[in-house]
Amino acid sequence: MDKKRYTLAVMVDNKAGVLSQVSRLFSRKGYNIESLAVGAIENPEVSRITIEILAENDQQVNLICNQVRKMFPVHSVKVLRAEQSIRRELVLIKVHAETPEQRNEIIQISSIFRANIIDVAPASLTIAIIGEEEKVDAIMGLVEKNGILEMVRTGVIALERGAFTLNEDTKVRGEFNYGKNVR
Amino acid sequence: MKLTGAQIVIECLLEQHVDTIFGYPGGTILNVYDALYDYRDRITHIRTAHEQGAAHAADGYARSTGKVGVCFATSGPGATNLVTGIATAYMDSSPVVFITCNVAKPLIGKDSFQEVDITGVTMPVTKCNYIVEHADQVADIVREAFAIARSGRPGPVLIDILKNATAEEAEYEPLKRHLHHTEGRLGALISRASHDLKAPEPDLNDIEKLVDMINASERPLLICGGGVVRSRAHVEFEEFANRLDAPVAITLMGGGGFRGRNPLTTGMIGMHGSQASNMAVDACDLLIAFGCRFSDRVALDPTSFAAQAKIVHVDIDRSEINKNVQTDHHIIGDAKRVLELLNERVRQKDHTAWKEYVFSFPTQTEYELASDTLNPRQITDSIARLCPMETYVATDVGQHQMWTAQHFHYDFPGQLLTSGGFGAMGFGLGAAIGAKVSHPDKVVIHMTGDGSFRMNLNELHTVATYNLPIITVIFDNRTLGMVRQWQTLIYDQRYAATDIGVDLDYVKLAEAYGLSGRRVSNQADFEDALKEALACGHGYIIDCVIDIDEKVKPMVNGGDPITKFLILD
Repeated sequence: MDKKRYTLAVMVDNKAGVLSQVSRLFSRKGYNIESLAVGAIENPEVSRITIEILAENDQQVNLICNQVRKMFPVHSVKVLRAEQSIRRELVLIKVHAETPEQRNEIIQISSIFRANIIDVAPASLTIAIIGEEEKVDAIMGLVEKNGILEMVRTGVIALERGAFTLNEDTKVRGEFNYGKNVR
Repeated sequence: MKLTGAQIVIECLLEQHVDTIFGYPGGTILNVYDALYDYRDRITHIRTAHEQGAAHAADGYARSTGKVGVCFATSGPGATNLVTGIATAYMDSSPVVFITCNVAKPLIGKDSFQEVDITGVTMPVTKCNYIVEHADQVADIVREAFAIARSGRPGPVLIDILKNATAEEAEYEPLKRHLHHTEGRLGALISRASHDLKAPEPDLNDIEKLVDMINASERPLLICGGGVVRSRAHVEFEEFANRLDAPVAITLMGGGGFRGRNPLTTGMIGMHGSQASNMAVDACDLLIAFGCRFSDRVALDPTSFAAQAKIVHVDIDRSEINKNVQTDHHIIGDAKRVLELLNERVRQKDHTAWKEYVFSFPTQTEYELASDTLNPRQITDSIARLCPMETYVATDVGQHQMWTAQHFHYDFPGQLLTSGGFGAMGFGLGAAIGAKVSHPDKVVIHMTGDGSFRMNLNELHTVATYNLPIITVIFDNRTLGMVRQWQTLIYDQRYAATDIGVDLDYVKLAEAYGLSGRRVSNQADFEDALKEALACGHGYIIDCVIDIDEKVKPMVNGGDPITKFLILD
């Protein structure tokens, strides 16, 4: 069966070991983590993990979310629907560029994609680009022929559009209880 | 007052009304044992022969009493020897607090002597685990650990205390148990989430919906799972079953959750379930499961399981819903509370025709009763006849476990101690020790096979040292019976690595430990030996010689529809 990409936002205690606890759960239940990004939020005691996994359907994702919710350091878990959320990733690409033609082309591509050249060296240029996978894939496809020397991506981060927040009231919250999803 | 971390550990155990600890001392945990020495009039410590035995004993203590079991071990091998015991407790939702110590902070991460990252190792098999680096964290963490172990869906928790934290002094304020949730870490956890720390109150709309489903049902079936045992809801469950007038199938872990002598029981369900149970699953129009996981040993083929029925799942753990079997309705809550609410709302039903259909199938397997040989049914029958009603039964894993589950009637929660989810051979003797220590005036029988028994028979030393009159009944077929059964039925009688046991003299083994034993091969001799064992006042081994080809019947192959019996009689 075809698998779909799902984005989960997980709020956890900002403590040592919690990230490995959460990520190990995914591997234990048979999921490969496609993308992972983590950092503290406005409340320094809480970290927000954005995880992307491939799953067959919504129900399968709900099952793994329920497993994550069970962990004590976890405050809340939410599946962020693609159409209701903004997803971004920062990617740095170091491209081989020696001749003036190559350099011009890369600079042009960068400006079309609203990417920035953040490092210039005699034989290479480093592009920084923020966006979703499609945008990143597109620019990669264009600069590939010059030779990508190295690249790095932060992993996708995502936020719901509009005034929705993770604190939304749901039935699941009642079943997991106890204001579990309320920070 | 100022106390050392080690003393705080013991004081915190007293706050939890702990009276018994199972464990094994060693280098890093010495400070804790030194502190324990001062409390030896208030806390009994049982030192086993091996840490695994201690872990199983603490688990057996927890299962048989419903209280939190406590187990100590030292760092490194002491801690890793616990792992099988921890996983067993985790799979069967048994509340146990494991306390290990680790090397001192300056030695951490240097591959020091007997150092291991035990919190890393046990992460997948504990509800929660902790590293304690300083003495001032001890009280807070121990309080939280106990609360987590016993609350919601119970389970094991591990606390790894660095040796320096046991030696340092810190301020300790005693706090009564009922106030723990107001302070410190636990207070913070509860104010933030109180996750799993109190049972969620069942949603009344969900309850009403189930009542409607019950009223619409003509062929209801109940499943009694381990959750009924853990929540000690046996009285409420029986009332509900009687009201509903529905057959009750019992899972392995549910043994004791429903009174086995109630005529509504169809016996065990699943791979070795009775014909009545399995046929009922196939024919029912409403299946209400309480506190069970629909594991692959019950719902062997999830898609065809109860295909004609609406499946309703009652569980305290939200993450179990729809995990293994797709359900039509669920109620989240403690089994006891849900049953109370249901009993208030469900009126007396009559399902005579449906019961007639279900009970037209046998609920137990019949055996021929020979006088010159011994079969499993004769052993369990004799035990049921000669032992008091309130006898605790601990099993290992394999054929004897299934026979014990199939042929006994369990009357109360905690009576049957068995490793259901994890299936850990060697569980039984440790668990029996835990049950006997907590119920010194009750008969405790350890049912085992010769294979399982050899895994942890070193605990006979504990039985002898603490003079625990545990009766070990070995179903001795001189092979690994369950594996052999599969080899016979599925692997073309290729007996790889099963029939290689030496004919061990278990009577001499008992004598080596200063216990007694007898080898028997017919029912009369077995009953003589059992009477002697019940009277002797110390550990006793009855080595029962049974046929090597004795099988557990019926049997459904893994993954097959539940009524596709591989063997019946």
